[in-house]
Amino acid sequence: MASDDADLDTFPKLLLRHARLRGERPAMREKNRGIWRTTTWRAMADEAVALAAALAERGLPRGAHVVLVGDNRPRLYSAMSAVHWLGAIATPLFADATAEEMAGPIQSAEATHVFAENQEQVDKLLQILPRCPTVRCIVYDQDRGMRHYRQPQLVSYADLLRQGRELAAARRPALEEEAARGKGNDPAFLFFTSGTTGPAKGVVLSHASLIDRAKVAAAAEGLNDNDVAMAYLPPGWIGQCLFSYVQPMVVGYCVCCPESSETLLADMREMGPTCFLATPRVLQALLAQVTLRLEDSGGFNQALYRRYMAVARRASARALAGQAASLGDRIQSVVGNLLIYGPLRDVLGMSRIRVAYSAGDSIAGDVLLFFRALGINLKQLYGSTETGFFVAMQRNGAVRPDSVGSAADGVELSFTPEREILVRSPGMFREYHRDPERTTQARNADGWFRTGDAGYLGEDGQLRIIDRMPYVGALNDGTLHAPKPIENRLRSDPYIREAVVYGDKRDTVCALIDIDAEAVGRWADRQAISYTGRADLASREEVQGLIAERIAKVNEALAREPALAKGAIRRFAILPAELSAADGLLTRTGKLRRGVIAERYRMLVDALYDGRTEVAVETAGDDGHAGNASSVVKIRDVRIAAPAQARRAA
Amino acid sequence: MTVTQSLQASERAFAVGGPILELESISLRFGGVHALTNISFNVLEHEVRAIIGPNGAGKSSMLNVINGIYQPQEGSITFAGQRLAGMTPTKAAHLGFSRTFQNIALYRGMSVLDNIMAGCTLQTRASFLEVALQLPRARREETEQREAAEEIIEFLQIEHIRKTQVSRLPYGLQKRVELGRALAARPKILLLDEPMAGMNIEEKQDMCRFILDVNDHYGTTVVLIEHDMGVVMDLSDRVVVLDYGKKIGDGTPDEVRSNQDVIDAYLGVAH
Repeated sequence: MASDDADLDTFPKLLLRHARLRGERPAMREKNRGIWRTTTWRAMADEAVALAAALAERGLPRGAHVVLVGDNRPRLYSAMSAVHWLGAIATPLFADATAEEMAGPIQSAEATHVFAENQEQVDKLLQILPRCPTVRCIVYDQDRGMRHYRQPQLVSYADLLRQGRELAAARRPALEEEAARGKGNDPAFLFFTSGTTGPAKGVVLSHASLIDRAKVAAAAEGLNDNDVAMAYLPPGWIGQCLFSYVQPMVVGYCVCCPESSETLLADMREMGPTCFLATPRVLQALLAQVTLRLEDSGGFNQALYRRYMAVARRASARALAGQAASLGDRIQSVVGNLLIYGPLRDVLGMSRIRVAYSAGDSIAGDVLLFFRALGINLKQLYGSTETGFFVAMQRNGAVRPDSVGSAADGVELSFTPEREILVRSPGMFREYHRDPERTTQARNADGWFRTGDAGYLGEDGQLRIIDRMPYVGALNDGTLHAPKPIENRLRSDPYIREAVVYGDKRDTVCALIDIDAEAVGRWADRQAISYTGRADLASREEVQGLIAERIAKVNEALAREPALAKGAIRRFAILPAELSAADGLLTRTGKLRRGVIAERYRMLVDALYDGRTEVAVETAGDDGHAGNASSVVKIRDVRIAAPAQARRAA
Repeated sequence: MTVTQSLQASERAFAVGGPILELESISLRFGGVHALTNISFNVLEHEVRAIIGPNGAGKSSMLNVINGIYQPQEGSITFAGQRLAGMTPTKAAHLGFSRTFQNIALYRGMSVLDNIMAGCTLQTRASFLEVALQLPRARREETEQREAAEEIIEFLQIEHIRKTQVSRLPYGLQKRVELGRALAARPKILLLDEPMAGMNIEEKQDMCRFILDVNDHYGTTVVLIEHDMGVVMDLSDRVVVLDYGKKIGDGTPDEVRSNQDVIDAYLGVAH
């Protein structure tokens, strides 16, 4: 099989093989109007070739860029295949980007053709069209609300496909030749990275590098064409593209698209995915949902849940540490599986999961442990867009909560004296789009790429990530300070949605807290506290008390860990408004943009450190501009637990 | 440019046609109370027609007359060229009138899907016995109705609450479900009684969008009662203004806005 595979170095070649070998098996499923509809591999290949024919007719040359913007739909991935078929480069963008945010990538890529999901996306494109003169053709999928549009660039997906099918019927051999012309080293994707520090960078990846990485992952997990995956994260993110396009192209598994993001859980239960990719944020939200629903249930259920989750966490923590669980725990685990873990897995739609990955950011140990305790094989994955995503991964039987696992096959790791992680891998990107200077800065002549992450290899050969390089600092007493591990602990609290921790070049550690309005709202309902909205909730004395209590708990946990004992939070303030990507305070994948946050809330951060107990903060108005309104934010102190050693001495 | 402006600026899929509904000299009295006095106006095919007025102006009574809940003592109603006499709500439903209520009137214990399916019942031809025995026609009809219901669910973007019991939904969503049930009857004329009452701004914008989409996509003629002047002016092609059961204005939103009687009614002058 290996010799056969070696020639299949591009996605169109892989697609044709699947159409030949497993033509009647499902490639994708999509729930539409309440019914799961299947696209077989043969249908997918036929659709791709038809679209390719129509695109060629509309003048798409090899090496041109095609922008894809929309949700996960079989049509989006068929279009992606068609783009690759013609040797063009797919540029998936985030569907929730504003028109302004879309203009940059489209201009930089000089995209000629665009696939847009619906009217909303088309409206944004038409708005920026005068500034993007290279765009010649916009293909829209859903025709709802589109009948008034008369722009000559517009064509519906259905019309394009119809035209393509006629063309393809006559020219199929020529089209297959076109697909065969592609080389593995040709660029396949241009991803615009989220960029926590600066503007988005265009990362170019080749067919061969992504196929190589997917093969490594498939070999590590034994993925095959019986597996089922869900596509629910933005296709503009390399992680989703790998799991819903690259990986199925390599192993031939089936990808399911949920009806909408709100129906994900129900759709997962129906499809029973075996392979699941999630971000820490998604997992944290799932955990919070479980916790909250339990709080609304009866006392007996709650007691049962607490008892058996404690057993599971204990057993699973011991298993991770390489020890066997006690006999009592093993017996209880069997009962717990019947009463709690099994049903919970079912509710989460995770009954059939063989392998689940958390990627994109570091995950809090508590969250990881929760899913593992339920018997879900959740593992961490470390990588970035530039490195083809799979750099390090936790292996079955060797999962350590504090590490991201050992290097994936083919990956070499190295470290600078400043502890920056350097990577060399077959999955390496080709270049930053049109930015040779940046490319050479990031990757030296020997092919070592600077990840911008600080980390180290443990004695067990597993990689541990500290934080992004610029954020690793030190307290004034010289203790190493990295905000991420502390923030992760705060975030795993169901009432805290997001936290921003400060401490570099300071005497103490302080935090800005973004409350989970839904969870805190429910808590307030139970306490019979009335409130008008999130802002009001955040300013409540009782809510601040609640958060202070929760942080004090986190402080106790931090005190037990020698490396983080100094990270205990002294003071905090609740942010008057939610941190959101729309305000530019988070990236589209939900990571903190510290620079922007520090700028927006500078007054608040200053107040955290100068001892004031309240401060007026300007908040964004409805139109998104700062300075329309101001609110008074209170700052509270938190109880600090004594470090473990000190307590023992006392 | 707001959503509504952009929709109105562009050409319509269903051009506004001739009068589909004509009301002539309608008077309605409850004992000595004159709820409606000598009111005449018409509704054109495919238009969005609003009835506005201060509290107690007779807006809901007007809708109830159209709908056949009340029988006016005087006046006549002509629908699609046919004069209607002795209207009842059932007759109105069969003629192609469908409505929502100011206080939501859904089956609270049933799921969203079942509520919308209930709106399809009008199209059922199978007899009680056929349905009970699940004979082929009954089964086929149920499949068709489920497909129609799913189309509406997709149209109103309520997939995620398809199986949720209605009583557990927030108010704004219940309103949307009620609109869905009304749509399921495939009405020629949709009567909406304060579709945006009690909603926050975001919910109102959503609702506006859906009403315009219904008008645009299905070509349904819409008659709506609304309190919120801003919403009415954005949404409707023509507006009837009632005050104390009398018509005091009729015309495009701009005409109505500059009508002195209307301004007086809303700002209040001594009567």
